[in-house]
Amino acid sequence: MGAVVALSELLDARQVWRGRAVPVPAGAEPTGWSALDAVLPAQGWPEASVTEILLPADGVGELRLVMPTLARLSHGARPVALVTPPYLPCAMGWRQRGVTLRNLHVVQAPESDVLWAMEQCLRSGSCSAVLAWPRQADDRALRRLQMAADTGRALAFVFRDSKHLAQSSPAPLRLALELAPAPGIRVHKCRGGQPPAMPVAWPEGVH
Amino acid sequence: MLWACLLLPHLALDGVLRQRAPEGPLVLVDGPPHARTLVAVNAAARAAGLRVGQRLAAAQALLAQFEVVPCEARDIAHSHALLASTAYRYSGEVCLLPKAVVLEVSRSQSLFGAWPQIARRLHEDVDALGFRHRLAAAPTPHAAWVLAGFQDGIVAESPAHSQRLLEAVPLERAHLRARDIETLARMGIRTLGQLWRLPRAGLLRRLGAEVLDYLDRLAGDVPAGLPLYQPPDQVDWGLELPFEVENAAALVFPLRRLTYDLAAYLSIRDGGVQRFTIGLEHREGATSVDIGLLSPEREPEVLFEAARGRVATLTLPAPVVALRLMANHLPPFVPEGRDLFDERPVGALPFAQLRERLRARLGEEAVTQLCTTHDPRPERSQRVGGGEDGSIDPLPRPTWLLPRPMPLRGASPRVLAGPERIETGWWDGETVCRDYYIVRTAQGQKAWVFCPPGEQDGWMLHGWFA
Repeated sequence: MGAVVALSELLDARQVWRGRAVPVPAGAEPTGWSALDAVLPAQGWPEASVTEILLPADGVGELRLVMPTLARLSHGARPVALVTPPYLPCAMGWRQRGVTLRNLHVVQAPESDVLWAMEQCLRSGSCSAVLAWPRQADDRALRRLQMAADTGRALAFVFRDSKHLAQSSPAPLRLALELAPAPGIRVHKCRGGQPPAMPVAWPEGVH
Repeated sequence: MLWACLLLPHLALDGVLRQRAPEGPLVLVDGPPHARTLVAVNAAARAAGLRVGQRLAAAQALLAQFEVVPCEARDIAHSHALLASTAYRYSGEVCLLPKAVVLEVSRSQSLFGAWPQIARRLHEDVDALGFRHRLAAAPTPHAAWVLAGFQDGIVAESPAHSQRLLEAVPLERAHLRARDIETLARMGIRTLGQLWRLPRAGLLRRLGAEVLDYLDRLAGDVPAGLPLYQPPDQVDWGLELPFEVENAAALVFPLRRLTYDLAAYLSIRDGGVQRFTIGLEHREGATSVDIGLLSPEREPEVLFEAARGRVATLTLPAPVVALRLMANHLPPFVPEGRDLFDERPVGALPFAQLRERLRARLGEEAVTQLCTTHDPRPERSQRVGGGEDGSIDPLPRPTWLLPRPMPLRGASPRVLAGPERIETGWWDGETVCRDYYIVRTAQGQKAWVFCPPGEQDGWMLHGWFA
């Protein structure tokens, strides 16, 4: 016991090793934004999960954020569903960004049925991604959506106002779009990793 | 030739029992109002001592409480046709005999496998429909019919084998007329074998040509001469309810029966249905509910969910006494193509079924698709409905479009790009002449706005580059 052994020797002999967080396996759902992928633990959207996107106002890049993913998914076998979007999706605009309209369905539901419709779309397993803009979604509702997304192996994107940031949320990934001081995407919560301290800036010339 | 016979000894009773599930005794009655006679009784009624042939009055003296259902020829015919359509799945030659369905299966064996496989499938299908039955096969339809009544599951492979089996059949089981059976019994003739050995000339003189003709059909010496069953091209089925139903939610069970029958019928015809009508019949008048699907369907769950979604939310104006299902046009069904390496998870609903579920609750127009048009005016550049993808506009378009432009509020925006002049529409009186700009609002949003040509004021917001 008397001999003093240098730590570096033990490390070299692999008798002692440094602890490290278990890496989350890289998912198959890249966001299409390399800077964002780099900071997310799954290197993309968490698979079959709810992603909560909080925005201060409409038209600040919320669709730009998901558009590469929608463009990719709309060319797959399963369609993408928009549940009660706040405006009309501009068909030409979506096509310009690579979305196939053949695989895009718009569901119009009254406010009281938005969460129901979203849950049905997710749980059925026949949609690859479901986007919704619920006005009232509490902790329980989001948890249900998370279960449904997991059952149906679908991506769920919930767009909400920034004022909900203070509430806790069961969504594995929470992103907030920021305008000041610089436009960017702040990761508020990401399961399986530490949220980065700085917001992710949009690539040059995108915003 | 090999004819299979599905003998349905309880056709009328099973037809009633499959539509309702009574716990207590139930009897079917027929005959004139003053002399109603029991024609069928269920197990509970038999245990209570009720017998077929009893007068209704006598039965009521034996048992205080039991359900009485009039025996309707129309219902029996419907059950019979339903079974015939089930048999039609396995053979193109299906004929109806009293309380039986016969089908020619020798030519179906290369598709469905040998007789035991076909027999198993028939048993499964008819069990699923809820009919008790017996099954036999023989070279002629009438021989199969007689053998099915004689012994369940019997198969006569050759005419000689069939002849040998038939010889042992007592005359009461041979579907002869009661008068002939009695005459023959007085002559000491009790089995078909004895009857066959009698000289034909004597039989002709004593009993008439009909008996000889029947014997020849049994043996296959003359063609059976039965009209072939043809599935009808439209559906109009009725279902009498045991009680008056005041709450639409209580119609779900009979509705499921009807829609599942429809699905079974459609799969046999290899057709689908796009529009059908559920009629809710009241004592006076009827409410009809039209059910439209986006594409021809025949999945039982899809049809049922579509029907339930419309019916269960109805407010009934009066109690419902009967249901009706009508479908006039049965278009061909084209199943959705699926990839061998489909990436959908196990147990996923087809999208069509999800779409029908959403439409049933949220309304007919709830689920839509978009497509671009060739009109350059932004208001008309897209419409609802799937369509061909045309060329892609080279000029940037937003991702959100406001249904109608509205004034842009707040401080004056910063112009990022523009103007793009859209001046068109002179041909239909809705001329548009606007300069479109991409601007950044004071809040930091990226907007698609327009103003009258040449001015940079009075901004109208038309979309967001979200």
